[in-house]
Amino acid sequence: MNDQSPTRDERIEKLKGLGASRRRVEDVRFTQGKGNYVDDIKMPGMLFGDFVRSPYAHARVVSVNKAAALALPGVVAVLTAEDLAPLGLHWMPTLAGDKQMVLADGKVLFQGQEVAFVVAKDRYTAADAVELIEVEYEDLPVVTDPFKALEPDAPVLREDLAGKTEGAHGHRRHHNHIFTWEMGDEAGTETALSEAEVVAEETVYYHRTHPCPLETCGCVASMDKVNGKLTVWGTFQAPHAVRTVASLISGIAEHNIRIISPDIGGGFGNKVGVYPGYICSIVASIVTGVPVKWVEDRMENLMSTAFARDYWMKGRISATKDGRITALDCHVTADHGAFDACADPTKFPAGFFNICTGSYDIPVAHLTVDGVYTNKAPGGVAYRCSFRVTEAAYFIERMIEVLAIKLGMDAADLRAKNFIRKDQFPYHSALGWEYDSGDYHTAWAKALEAVGYKSLRAEQAARVEAFKRGETRKLIGIGLCHFTEIVGAGPVKNCDILGLGMFDSCEIRIHPTGSAIARLGTISQGQGHATTFAQILASEIGLPADDITIEEGDTDTAPYGLGTYGSRSTPVAGAATAMAGRKIRAKAQMIAAYLLEVHDDDVEWDVDRFTVKGAPERFKTMKEIAFAAYHNAIPGLEPGLEAVSYYDPPNMTYPFGAYICVMEIDVDTGVWEIRQFYALDDCGTRINPMIIEGQVHGGVTEGLAIAMGQELAYDEIGNVKTGTLMDFFIPTAWETPHYITDFTETPSPHHPIGAKGVGESPNVGSVPAFSNAVQDAFRAFGHVHAHMPHDHWRIWTIAEGLGLHA
Amino acid sequence: MSKMHLKMTVNGAEVETLAEPRELLIHVLRERLNLTGPHIGCDTSHCGACTVDMNGKSVKACTVVAAQANGASITTIEGLGTPDALHVLQRMFREHHGLQCGFCTPGMITRAWRLLQENPNPTEEEVRFGMSGNLCRCTGYQNIVKSILAAAAEMNAVKEAAE
Repeated sequence: MNDQSPTRDERIEKLKGLGASRRRVEDVRFTQGKGNYVDDIKMPGMLFGDFVRSPYAHARVVSVNKAAALALPGVVAVLTAEDLAPLGLHWMPTLAGDKQMVLADGKVLFQGQEVAFVVAKDRYTAADAVELIEVEYEDLPVVTDPFKALEPDAPVLREDLAGKTEGAHGHRRHHNHIFTWEMGDEAGTETALSEAEVVAEETVYYHRTHPCPLETCGCVASMDKVNGKLTVWGTFQAPHAVRTVASLISGIAEHNIRIISPDIGGGFGNKVGVYPGYICSIVASIVTGVPVKWVEDRMENLMSTAFARDYWMKGRISATKDGRITALDCHVTADHGAFDACADPTKFPAGFFNICTGSYDIPVAHLTVDGVYTNKAPGGVAYRCSFRVTEAAYFIERMIEVLAIKLGMDAADLRAKNFIRKDQFPYHSALGWEYDSGDYHTAWAKALEAVGYKSLRAEQAARVEAFKRGETRKLIGIGLCHFTEIVGAGPVKNCDILGLGMFDSCEIRIHPTGSAIARLGTISQGQGHATTFAQILASEIGLPADDITIEEGDTDTAPYGLGTYGSRSTPVAGAATAMAGRKIRAKAQMIAAYLLEVHDDDVEWDVDRFTVKGAPERFKTMKEIAFAAYHNAIPGLEPGLEAVSYYDPPNMTYPFGAYICVMEIDVDTGVWEIRQFYALDDCGTRINPMIIEGQVHGGVTEGLAIAMGQELAYDEIGNVKTGTLMDFFIPTAWETPHYITDFTETPSPHHPIGAKGVGESPNVGSVPAFSNAVQDAFRAFGHVHAHMPHDHWRIWTIAEGLGLHA
Repeated sequence: MSKMHLKMTVNGAEVETLAEPRELLIHVLRERLNLTGPHIGCDTSHCGACTVDMNGKSVKACTVVAAQANGASITTIEGLGTPDALHVLQRMFREHHGLQCGFCTPGMITRAWRLLQENPNPTEEEVRFGMSGNLCRCTGYQNIVKSILAAAAEMNAVKEAAE
């Protein structure tokens, strides 16, 4: 060693490993317009597909006349259900165990449903041809309300299921009923509720919305008839699962299918499902022998692929007079639209909604969920959400507020009184989960302190008095939320999608000169995996993150994995990365010991090298070991330095957070202004603080949209009323406030590096905070609950209902 | 449909192509000229992913038809910097984490490029207003605003040093 040797701290810094706000490697291409998104793909002879879609929400398809379209120069083919039926592809399985029409088979069940698929030489010709196809419809009665759908004389929507009283998730008790899912202790809950000193009841609706990533869904399918290989580039959040599904339904052997997810322009759950456009493009490429591109436009995206939420949650919560919660009951009526195309683990038809006891130590609880068909688009995807946890968090955080009103208690105190205590972890919830770790009281106290909670309440009370005296027309709302997430699906013993266990994977190859490539079964859609997974690995194997390439999304090269959604990448694939790194290190230890001529047990790991115990000046760096792995003939060891890990997580992870929103509301116009938004997140070990903060900013902004105006609205005959970005609210930089982010750090005890995942927390936690702020502003006037989204008109309506405009 | 002969100056170079008069500028750029930096996000001029600069103004290329673009001078994200000499906005967006999925980024940076020419020393409020034609679903805008303010500061410092 000499004086020029870097210090240990310098060596750690050089790695840019765990905890570093490393700048993103992806940004170099994105900032230069050199990303490669699906619509950027251009292939020789490529054709374009476009859909004829139903203008009706429920109608019989009497006839489809293709003649005029086929006569248009440049039109190559027009596919209808009749053309797909001989291949058995006019229907396709959904991820939820139901089936869905690929193209209308005799009838249509929602506005925007795919009726025919036009293939033409360019997108303009395809669009012209769509206009030339004449479809004759005979309209049928429409049901868009899930409660009306369950009435005895409601129209039969799914004629294909006539007489089937058993569905994929058990008994169907009505022709429009999909499943009933029940959890918890009904008798115990009823007893506790009937004996309680105080019971609060409320129906909380989490309205239908849509993930609406800036890039819509699309694909390019290319059937190479010479080699018998099908390649599909597409906006797929789970490329391996798509390959398996494509193989199962097309009959093409799985090794002859290659699925590639190129750069994806945001997913948020929209790109988990399998859509008719993919199937039609594949069929069209097989039929024509040339590549076929299909990219939906924004209206098609909002109308047909992947709505989210639409949960009617009827709750009862009981407590002692001094605010100790004794029981929780919830019944959900879940509107799934025309086909049950939810993207949930198979055994969880309502996702992880049974996390609805939230952050609270509730001794007994009971939950039932009824899934219902209506004449609305299929979906029910987890929009930046781990399978219905957003609905659950909104439900419990509203019920807490409603209970606080009934008790006449401060809602922050009520929460603190009922939090699961730090010493109760691992905590077994009444609805069956084992929470891994948490320290809610510390996070809550930090959050209340940060916003100056007590003085805010004093200011709010003074404002109410000033309002009553006629001195102001603005009220202050303080929106509280303490959420607990459940992410990282999941343990193979209870989590699978279509029978595929929800493990994930990482494969690492160390190159002779000491750089590396790692491939994973996940796929980034903006989360920055190429940056953060290299950081995990850098800390594990002691090679700088800058010398590690991360590759995802190509099923021919990446190990099998279940993809990226439900905040599962860090908890599952991140763990696989660390474990594969440890396998590399185990072999490296043997190589180092050989090179240093000592026993394997006599060397120890130190940042980027193995040193001889007690003699740190004798060492071999990982870079030296990498070369030796390809150079030296080491007795008893194979050459090379590679590892693969398939990680089956022992449990979910349970990130949590405390969010507080302070809002000013104009009583006369319903106009709101966010005065302060504070977000404290605890996602366990923090890999890249810069990226975490970015995830929180983005997720809270999605929450702002959902709570304050974004809605996938239908009229009573099933017309989509919010089918463009003119009507579907997405905040601009102008409406979006400045956020304050903060954190505590409670590592997951079962994750190799203690990380829990953060991507979805801000969507989960912010919606209740925004909604609670609106409702809290009117609490002093007797307001209890109003449904989202809280657009100006709806807020005005609250004030009007309370007589505040008199 | 018959095609028209289209002449434009794109990123400083004279280009000629044939296009249907109804063809949207975004399709001409992306499909005929292979400039895939500007993207298509909404088709209705709300999202700004397709923002390019036309004759000194930010335009949404999804609502300009080819015929309108004849003779125009157009700058896209591809014309702002080179891999060896990135524009300061390109560097600052990376430095301040002003992007995630990257889909809105070319439009964002191209719009910010024009905004800083319209107003070289904007306040945060002016940046937020000036960028409100460009939607982002990932970042919540906070770091985009930060990136643009940082770029303005650096550009002004460079200008001052030169004067």
